[in-house]
Amino acid sequence: MSQAFMNYLFIGLSFAIYITIAIRSRAGSTKEFYVAGGGVSPLANGMATAADWMSAATFISMAGTVAISGYDGSRFLMGWTGGFVLLTVLMVPYLRKFGKATVPDFIGDRYYSRGARAIAVVCALFICMTYIMGQMRGVGVVFSQLFGISVPAGVLIGATIVFFYAGLGGMKGITYTQVAQYLVMAFSYTIPALFIAFMLTGNVLPQAGLVGETVNGVPFLDALNAINRELGFAEYTAGKLSKLNMFCITAALMCGTAGLPHVIVRYFTVKSVKAVRVSAAWTLLFIAVIYLTAPAVGAFARVQLIEALNETAQADLPAWFGAFEATGQMSWEDVNGDGHIQYRGAESAEPNELIFGTDMMVMANPYMAGLPMWVTALLMAGCIAAALSTAAGLLLVLSTSIAHDLMKKILKPTLSDREEVRWARVASFGALVVATYFGINPPSAFIAKTVAFAFGLAASSFFPTLLMGIFSTRMNRAGGMAGMSVGLLFTFSYIVYFQFLGGTAAEYWWGITPEGIGFVGMLLNFAVAFGVRVCTAPPPTAVVEMVERIRLPEESA
Amino acid sequence: MRLLTGLLCVWFGLSFGCSILLRDWLDAHAPTVGHAPFGFWMAQQGSIFGFVVLLVIYAWGMNRLEERFRSDEEGK
Repeated sequence: MSQAFMNYLFIGLSFAIYITIAIRSRAGSTKEFYVAGGGVSPLANGMATAADWMSAATFISMAGTVAISGYDGSRFLMGWTGGFVLLTVLMVPYLRKFGKATVPDFIGDRYYSRGARAIAVVCALFICMTYIMGQMRGVGVVFSQLFGISVPAGVLIGATIVFFYAGLGGMKGITYTQVAQYLVMAFSYTIPALFIAFMLTGNVLPQAGLVGETVNGVPFLDALNAINRELGFAEYTAGKLSKLNMFCITAALMCGTAGLPHVIVRYFTVKSVKAVRVSAAWTLLFIAVIYLTAPAVGAFARVQLIEALNETAQADLPAWFGAFEATGQMSWEDVNGDGHIQYRGAESAEPNELIFGTDMMVMANPYMAGLPMWVTALLMAGCIAAALSTAAGLLLVLSTSIAHDLMKKILKPTLSDREEVRWARVASFGALVVATYFGINPPSAFIAKTVAFAFGLAASSFFPTLLMGIFSTRMNRAGGMAGMSVGLLFTFSYIVYFQFLGGTAAEYWWGITPEGIGFVGMLLNFAVAFGVRVCTAPPPTAVVEMVERIRLPEESA
Repeated sequence: MRLLTGLLCVWFGLSFGCSILLRDWLDAHAPTVGHAPFGFWMAQQGSIFGFVVLLVIYAWGMNRLEERFRSDEEGK
């Protein structure tokens, strides 16, 4: 049996499972379409949220980033888990209690205006679009590897699948499918890691292997640092990013997590505020399974890659190298003409000859370790599950924002349930077309970075506005609207300037990269909102009472 | 509310405190975890363990608080 056949078999099987589940729980009403009728158990919801949350960025891109940048990769590890603490402690229990189906719904009511709702819809669109671009890229990378085609063709195939898949079941279908997807992801991520950890360090647990010793008795991290030094890279455990930049990026990712509409909406599917808290704790636990494995996967992958390719003669190159070379994910050029690959860092005197994409590290890992075919096939199925589940969840939020918040609540209140669902489908098609374009022409070098922009946008727009909406009774319409607009515009312009209009690193403000600018945008949002509030009329008493009510424990309200 | 502030302080300490701001000092002065420097380990593993524990405490503590609040109301 060939590897390709095995891959198709595993992916085909996993798809059969997802589709069966989706069809069996098809949405009957709009309420079911959007929030699954509000009756999902905390455990199942926790698992589904974990699948929704862990996107191609986490699954495919993150360990690769850690492999390449060592300590600096921690910004993603901490940012994307720590944000859940903020999300759970400050946001979702209160928003759930308020009892509306979408984030713009809350903002529209809390800031008592259609204008605020419209701005919130725009924010949601920007955030979700940026995020989906990253996912489309991820799907493209996986499909290109799977069929041995170019990445753009892979993106097109992926987009077609996502479209049919997301339109199939609505939220109810998605929730139960995502439970299955989480399981596929968790197994496919950890099993290869267990194998590799055992091979390299003699320790089955990757987390223990990372801090343990190699099979030769040398501490693993010391060995890795030594390799890095020798090849002219910065030490693995040292960081290259400045403290301020690292702080800003991590903070932007965390606050962004707490302001992501597609994650917040997940918690509207459980039945009580109490269940929301339990569910969120489960989610983080499930996410931690993968996030705790990722740093080990990254470190191991780096060692494997260097052992397999560095100083290897052209004739001895492993077969998998050809497969990655064919799809353009890896390449090498014999600069010094000695017929061997030299992989070198910036501080080395010799030229570097090996070029590879961050996003291929996780996929190449089982090949590099020479693991059994079924392990590789399982991993492929996991990669696709990761990208699909998140893309589907995002499309749902995006189409809801347009159909429900924009069409029904602002433009045409007489819309029937049926028409609303139809609008939702049209919107998700439009969004996919745009996302496909940017999946083929990505705004940044690797998926995790593209997705980090989405978090920056969320941190600077929704996070402060929701937070003030919940905890400040005096925050008013003008303040909320001004804060959101300024935060979003500022962050968006900064990103566009540096990613598309050719801004250079020397022009960064205080050395903060576009990934971290969301944090500055967030501070700006707070500042503007408070400034405007002081100069304008206080909110009406009905709104003040509403805010006080959502802060009281559920039963007494 | 006190529970909330407490948890957020720990959250800040774990992530920004140990893993970013003080990491160099901790790398040099705190005991290593296995063979990993402490600050590095905190950033890549320790903080995540900490976050999970925080949320479990929050879910448990907050739900218990609400329970007590409710029985007080009924008592009146």
